Amino acid sequence: MLIFEHSASGRKTKIQSTSGNEMPTDIPASLLRDEKPGLPEVSEMQAVRHYTSLSQKNFSIDTHFYPLGSCTMKHNPRVCNSLAMLPGFLSRHPLAPEKLSQGFMECMYELQEMLCDVTGMAGFSLAPMAGAQGEFAGIAMIRAYHDANGDTERKEILVPDAAHGTNPATATMCGYTVKEISTLANGDVDIDVLKEAVGPQTAGLMLTNPSTLGVFERRIEEIAKIIHDVGGLLYYDGANLNAILGKIRPGDMGFDVIHSNLHKTFSTPHGGGGPGSGAIGVAERLKPFMPMPGVKKIGNEFQWLTEEDCPHSIGRMSAFFGNPGVLLRAYIYMRLLGAEGMQRVGEFATLNANYMMAQLKARGFEAAIPDRYASHEFIITLKKQAKELNVSAMDFAKRLLDLGYHAPTTYFPLLVPECLLIEPTESEAKEMLDGFVEALVQVQQEAETDADMLHNAPYTMPVNRLDEVRAAKQLDLAWSAESKA
Amino acid sequence: MSEIPTDLRYTASHEWARLNDDGTITIGITDHAQDALGDIVFVELPEVDSELSQGDASCVVESVKAASDIYMPITGVIVDTNQALVDEPEMINSSAYDDGWIFKIKPADEDDIEQLMDASSYEAECEDE
Repeated sequence: MLIFEHSASGRKTKIQSTSGNEMPTDIPASLLRDEKPGLPEVSEMQAVRHYTSLSQKNFSIDTHFYPLGSCTMKHNPRVCNSLAMLPGFLSRHPLAPEKLSQGFMECMYELQEMLCDVTGMAGFSLAPMAGAQGEFAGIAMIRAYHDANGDTERKEILVPDAAHGTNPATATMCGYTVKEISTLANGDVDIDVLKEAVGPQTAGLMLTNPSTLGVFERRIEEIAKIIHDVGGLLYYDGANLNAILGKIRPGDMGFDVIHSNLHKTFSTPHGGGGPGSGAIGVAERLKPFMPMPGVKKIGNEFQWLTEEDCPHSIGRMSAFFGNPGVLLRAYIYMRLLGAEGMQRVGEFATLNANYMMAQLKARGFEAAIPDRYASHEFIITLKKQAKELNVSAMDFAKRLLDLGYHAPTTYFPLLVPECLLIEPTESEAKEMLDGFVEALVQVQQEAETDADMLHNAPYTMPVNRLDEVRAAKQLDLAWSAESKA
Repeated sequence: MSEIPTDLRYTASHEWARLNDDGTITIGITDHAQDALGDIVFVELPEVDSELSQGDASCVVESVKAASDIYMPITGVIVDTNQALVDEPEMINSSAYDDGWIFKIKPADEDDIEQLMDASSYEAECEDE
């Protein structure tokens, strides 16, 4: 139910109004609106109960195991929240003078430095507001670099077919054409196809490592050499950075530019559309093109790094400086973990994924790439169940909700039919991982005995099975009294 | 098992092609492809008169699961598109080989269609997946 549907015309909540809350008298009549604003007219208790009830319908990391592959739904330590909300941070005005922002700027400077350390890059910009914007900034820098070298005939960005959909979208937005590179059955990029595809037209390659197939790209050094030999640059999509955190660094693999979803790997609350942070790291040769502003340190003082320092910058990503609340939470998380803690993140994220994959294989599920170790996530394919039992990956996913688990990512990557992409993260106890395995086994048994029941799951959620065709074709997000009638 | 008419030609990327009497070739996606994509909710048709080479992305079919490029089975010029799909993209699901056709081309070389797979090769290809 929407808050507007609780509304009754003319309802007032006078009883709890503070005194002196009368209509202002000093606004000229010409500036007063003629019609009442279209706000819901509800009592205070109606408003409180409405929003409390909505919050209780949340299916979130705070209420449920959330193994949504490629999304890194890990625990968000509360201390990051409380420290990022200290009044000095919270009340800082984005246009406040530098001398009144030294604490905040010092945190941001250190965050830049720590990100350089953990990824092996020469410089970091915190400006991009989300992963997709980080990608855009990264490819825009690749373009700026080639343009600055007078190298304007490079029209093509190579993207493996296992990539996130944002990769080809980003390349297209930056004016490049996209060439897809196929993937071998073992999950590695097909190097022979890559060799055929590169040339003087190659601007760069966008690669996620570990890939969306949940395996590490073993021939990354060879790939880097192939791209660099033709004058292209190598872009690292940081979606899966959690798997290698503190263990190996994209900079050491030969990447020229990377984006890191700080909201994922460095644990700020996310899901449902933001806010996020797509901080980008660069190798030395791309430093002149970084988006502004940044933070620099002169003596003991922190100052904004601007276009005056970096005249070749690709520009600004937003009016101010990234999403400071997200950046602060990521900073505090990194300070809490330290270098050692970050290694544990990578280790336990990987261990948990491999443990679950082994358990599921032992219980009869088919892993998409059974012969390799998983990274921090892995894929099972329900191809057989779809064919023999007429129960799809979507049916499994929906039924899991009834059993108290957020569904894994479904139907991605596109290369694997009827797939579930499962990412347990490092945050979960063994009992939770076992519980999820048992839930999948239960759904499998239900698929064998009562397939029809699964087609209409879930049964216990606030909304039942969505009509996805209608949701896609007749999307209706704006409420109005007329449409209600 | 999905339906694979024997009078059509096929690509590994799951397009079908039918040679018409007037020398044009009608193109759509196979029953296997529509089944894998799931409910189709949007089709971005190609522009008539555009010249495309074999393997070029010609248009996009979007389902509840994914957006997929449709590739040119052979080189040619787009001469007609199925406007009925604008309002009823689900016809690709219900009638992949007839009402759900997507576009017609005038091939650069009519004989190019011979390079494409016949029904039995395509069936073997689908089995492998």
